[in-house]
Amino acid sequence: MEGTPAEKPRGSALHRFANPGRFMRLSGALLPWVASAGLALSVVGLGWGLVFAPRDWQQGDTVRIMFVHVPAAWIAMGGYLGLAVASFIGLVWRHPLADIAARAIAPVGAVFTAICLVTGSLWGKPMWGTWWVWDARLTSVLVLFFLYLGHIALSNAFDDPDRAARPAAILALIGAVNLPIIKFSVEWWNTLHQPASVTRLDAPGIHIDILLPLVITAAGFLFVFAALALLRTRTGILERRARALMAARAAEAAAPPAPVPV
Amino acid sequence: MDASFWAMGGHAAFVWPSYAIGVGLLVALAAASWRGYVAAREAVARLEAEGLRRRRGGSQ
Repeated sequence: MEGTPAEKPRGSALHRFANPGRFMRLSGALLPWVASAGLALSVVGLGWGLVFAPRDWQQGDTVRIMFVHVPAAWIAMGGYLGLAVASFIGLVWRHPLADIAARAIAPVGAVFTAICLVTGSLWGKPMWGTWWVWDARLTSVLVLFFLYLGHIALSNAFDDPDRAARPAAILALIGAVNLPIIKFSVEWWNTLHQPASVTRLDAPGIHIDILLPLVITAAGFLFVFAALALLRTRTGILERRARALMAARAAEAAAPPAPVPV
Repeated sequence: MDASFWAMGGHAAFVWPSYAIGVGLLVALAAASWRGYVAAREAVARLEAEGLRRRRGGSQ
């Protein structure tokens, strides 16, 4: 946070909001609303998908797995983009808040990726006849999961988290190459996984009765992701403050007693 | 809810676990994140109180 004036990018809104004190105040006010929106939209979207959405004429009720699987996949990829952006800001501007945010995002993204993989497997068995196949889409999402785990492991590999930030950020940025591979894997290779049916340049390829709960759940998961990332970033700021206080206490204890004035 | 809803057209073994695992993992992550936040908040409060006591003790 400290630095010479020449090191500080001045005047940008990003930097203004990246002040830890201001971030704590702003995120403290936002967090209940973001968490509530995430909870409400997720409950409505998932409930709608589970109970009221029509069954697919080919896939039957297994299509309901889509309401968990697809939003989780979107958030898994979007979360990694957030991780890469935070890592880039941390590397370039050396802002500790960006490093803390990257550390906060990684476990949340890993959980959404795990949900995507497990529900994909549960959907694959009745539809494809197999739990898993090493096709390009499934393999690249598994790589995404390992990238998240690698980031978590690297971030915790050093006693001082600040020292871990740089190698973890480099890993996150290198791993970002995987994002277009995931996105276009179903076009570049002949995969068992179907091509995109919602995020297409022309009209979505699914009916509005299925699309609506899907979009609502995706919005809910996005808010849940944001709430968890905000909460964990706040935790990271507090842990950093605790480390600073402990270092100050240790320095006080090690300091020689002040000379008694005569 | 009738029995056909719970049966999910014969795919209950795939549909229900998908929702249970999805919701369960998110709830577990939220609980762990909240516990971590509370622990960090208490640690800072304790350390700040200790520092305040030390400074007051030193100034007396």
